[in-house]
Amino acid sequence: MSALHVNGRDHTVDADPGTPILWALRDTLGMTGTKFGCGAALCGACTVHLDGQAIRSCVTPISAAEGKKITTIEAATDGSDRVGAAVHAAWVKHDVAQCGYCQSGQIMSATAFLKSLPPGKQPGVDEIDSAMAGNICRCGTYVRIRAAVADAARNLA
Amino acid sequence: MLPNIDYNELPRALQRLMSQASTGDGEAAALPRRSFLKMAGASGLALGAFPHLAMAQAGGAAASGLKPTQQPSAFVQIAPSGEVTVTINRLEFGQGVQTGLPMILAEELDADWALVRSRSGTNDAAYADPLFGMHLTGGSNSIKNSFTQYRELGARARAMLLSAAAARWKVDVATLRTQAGTVIGPGGRKLGYGELAEAAMALPVPEKVMLKDAKDFRIIGRATTRLDARAKSSGRQDFGIDVRQPGQLTAVVAHPPVFGARLASVDDSAARAVKGVKAVLRVPLDRGAEGVAVVADGYWPAKLGRDALKLQWDTAAAEKVDSDKQLAQYRELAGRPGSRKFDADMAPLANAPRKLEAEFVFPYLAHAPMEPLNCTVKLSDGRAELWVGTQSADLDGQAAARTLKLDPAQVKVNVQMAGGGFGRRFVGSSDFVVEACEIAKATRAAGLDAPVRLLWSREDDIKGGYYRPMHLHRARIGFDERGKILAWDHVIVGQSITSGTVFAGMMVKDGIDATAVEGMRDPYPVPMRLTVHHPQVNVPVLWWRSVGSTHTAFVMETLIDEIARSTKQDPVAYRMQLFGDKHPRHRAALQLAVDKSGYGKKKLADGRAWGVAVHESFESVVAYVVEASVKDGQPVLHRVTSGVHCNLVVNPRSVEAQVQGAAVMGLSTCLPGSAITLKDGVVQQGNFGDFTVARITQVPEFDIHIVPSADAPKGMGEPGLPPLAPAFANAIAQLTGKPLRQLPFNLA
Repeated sequence: MSALHVNGRDHTVDADPGTPILWALRDTLGMTGTKFGCGAALCGACTVHLDGQAIRSCVTPISAAEGKKITTIEAATDGSDRVGAAVHAAWVKHDVAQCGYCQSGQIMSATAFLKSLPPGKQPGVDEIDSAMAGNICRCGTYVRIRAAVADAARNLA
Repeated sequence: MLPNIDYNELPRALQRLMSQASTGDGEAAALPRRSFLKMAGASGLALGAFPHLAMAQAGGAAASGLKPTQQPSAFVQIAPSGEVTVTINRLEFGQGVQTGLPMILAEELDADWALVRSRSGTNDAAYADPLFGMHLTGGSNSIKNSFTQYRELGARARAMLLSAAAARWKVDVATLRTQAGTVIGPGGRKLGYGELAEAAMALPVPEKVMLKDAKDFRIIGRATTRLDARAKSSGRQDFGIDVRQPGQLTAVVAHPPVFGARLASVDDSAARAVKGVKAVLRVPLDRGAEGVAVVADGYWPAKLGRDALKLQWDTAAAEKVDSDKQLAQYRELAGRPGSRKFDADMAPLANAPRKLEAEFVFPYLAHAPMEPLNCTVKLSDGRAELWVGTQSADLDGQAAARTLKLDPAQVKVNVQMAGGGFGRRFVGSSDFVVEACEIAKATRAAGLDAPVRLLWSREDDIKGGYYRPMHLHRARIGFDERGKILAWDHVIVGQSITSGTVFAGMMVKDGIDATAVEGMRDPYPVPMRLTVHHPQVNVPVLWWRSVGSTHTAFVMETLIDEIARSTKQDPVAYRMQLFGDKHPRHRAALQLAVDKSGYGKKKLADGRAWGVAVHESFESVVAYVVEASVKDGQPVLHRVTSGVHCNLVVNPRSVEAQVQGAAVMGLSTCLPGSAITLKDGVVQQGNFGDFTVARITQVPEFDIHIVPSADAPKGMGEPGLPPLAPAFANAIAQLTGKPLRQLPFNLA
């Protein structure tokens, strides 16, 4: 049994401590907003926040989350988080998603990135690119991702 | 995805296709009464439900003369609240039909766009492509083939609502008009569509309807945000992988490490000991193979179980492909006589003032959609239900029926939103769908009565075959000092995508697969002799976004550019001269890209060069003018300006997205590591670490422009891909003086 603190709620998960957070979320807790893309921390589709840091949940075991707070896409975009809400709004405004499968991870990476910036700081294209370089979008929505991250940053200033 | 198709050959070819694909009487699955009523009750009333139902049960012979694809009942539901739900007859996997098709229907329905929703269909006959007669998402056909269909559906539903209002008010229907989801009558009285839907449903479906004049369009042509934008920006959009049936188990399969390897022995003791593993089953796989499925109560235990399997594979009888040797064989084959696609007099080659000889090599490519392949199957007595992101619910439903020994009518396929596909979800053998059915069958036989979700890992996907085939092209071109092409002798060597599949009847003619040669020669008036070889190779191949044009556009557009440059002509002017007045859409697209890019006028930043390419695929033309440079020995793409000619545009925002996305996928094919290679029969790549796809850091700025047109719309899912790589290569060749003749690029 492992204790997981997800989106402000405590859960007890009956799974091997080596089980990646991704599968505890998806298969045990039924929270399917976090996506499986590669299983090897190569594509970023599974990105969640662990104590505010963007991590790849497909390679991070639930044992590493003990005593820490996991935030997933469901909570980041439900309106309760100012930065997450701005990113969500920018994603809709720029009509970023195509197939949309990678976008949960993209949004979690963008949200963590914007939270890491000093207040009022407007990131340049290179900074945005480097923050988002770990997230693959096979549909190629990158141009709109770039625009949406910059727009969210402006709206947060 | 399907290549360009000769519609004159369709009826015969489809007949053959469907008779091969079907075991029973060839009838498509009809929507059963129970599920239909449930569906109608779920979110409102289905217009004309009963006529459609009667028709479905009669197997397509309707008294009204309308086919299932023409009946609004299967496509439009209007809730009492006025919410309109439009069912799409295609797979939504990024291309935007989930918004485009409802826009078309809503236009003629005169719906309030703010109240329009959309949902995916099933393998019901209503959701077949109206021209192909089978379920199909491919060949950039969705908007092209369903434009008139969805307009008529909307117009029929509107006519029924008007009739219902006329009856309610006891007035002549001619005195009524509609406006954004409301019927307006004499004296300005109003009734919302939601208030009329129930009465409208009971009315007969009109056969003939008047369609709007295009100048009155208020939804079609308007830049519209996708209907799924919110759900897809909040983790709330469900995909096939997110399907959760009560008691569902997950299966992971050990596939052969070499195509055609035989499973020699299985030691599953450690796998069975993994907590959560419910069953370990030997199952038949695609192409006569056999594998081992580990069925567990989640993906992770199933994967651990698979890792714990001790398997021995016998590869003695399998042809073990080695990419280097394969290339040598292709080169040898290129020198032999083969099938002729085009013929022309090659005598002028001998004495041509200028000559160019070139060889091009293209690797196998994986589709690598972000959502790993999956399919969920629920079996009950005499019935099966599937949830899968498929480009052909029909084909997959029939394959499931064969596998499960059911009648096709006993199989329901629920089409799921898919995380990409690019052709991989349209396989003649329905490979992963059949795999899921075999596992479900074996699981049930093992005494476990539970729905089963098959889920592939990324490695299963990258190593699992069905690649864009490897190709070798050879060209010998004779031309004069002014660039007039006197003779062009061309050879293509590559596996046929469709030979030996259910699509062969439609695609292979005189030994030549249409998917291998599409995009060759035209629109250039070139005396070309085209010889084709289709070797048999033990690697499964498949269409991959833009199919033949993934390689033919590169060959044609880099060679044309090279001839222009070597005869000191501007590559744009040279192309325009070759188009003459025969190809106005090519001219318009190229001219638009040229004008908007500043080509020939703007001074480029130091180290940059222009590159140009234009290509028609799937009846749409896309031109690119790019700016590129070489940095640290690597080509860098900075800016892409595009001119697009796809006739009438339904959703400009969607066209822009498709061009950007297709261009980025084209860019991927240029990058180091974007190749699938084999050694001793084993695929050398396994994940995104060794199979490169473009990341945000490699993506240029985009500026996309559309040529205005009122002609019948064409598709845009694929045409943005082919010209990107050659435009990029042409810019790099300007800088280095050396043409690029392979993908991925190699500057060495």
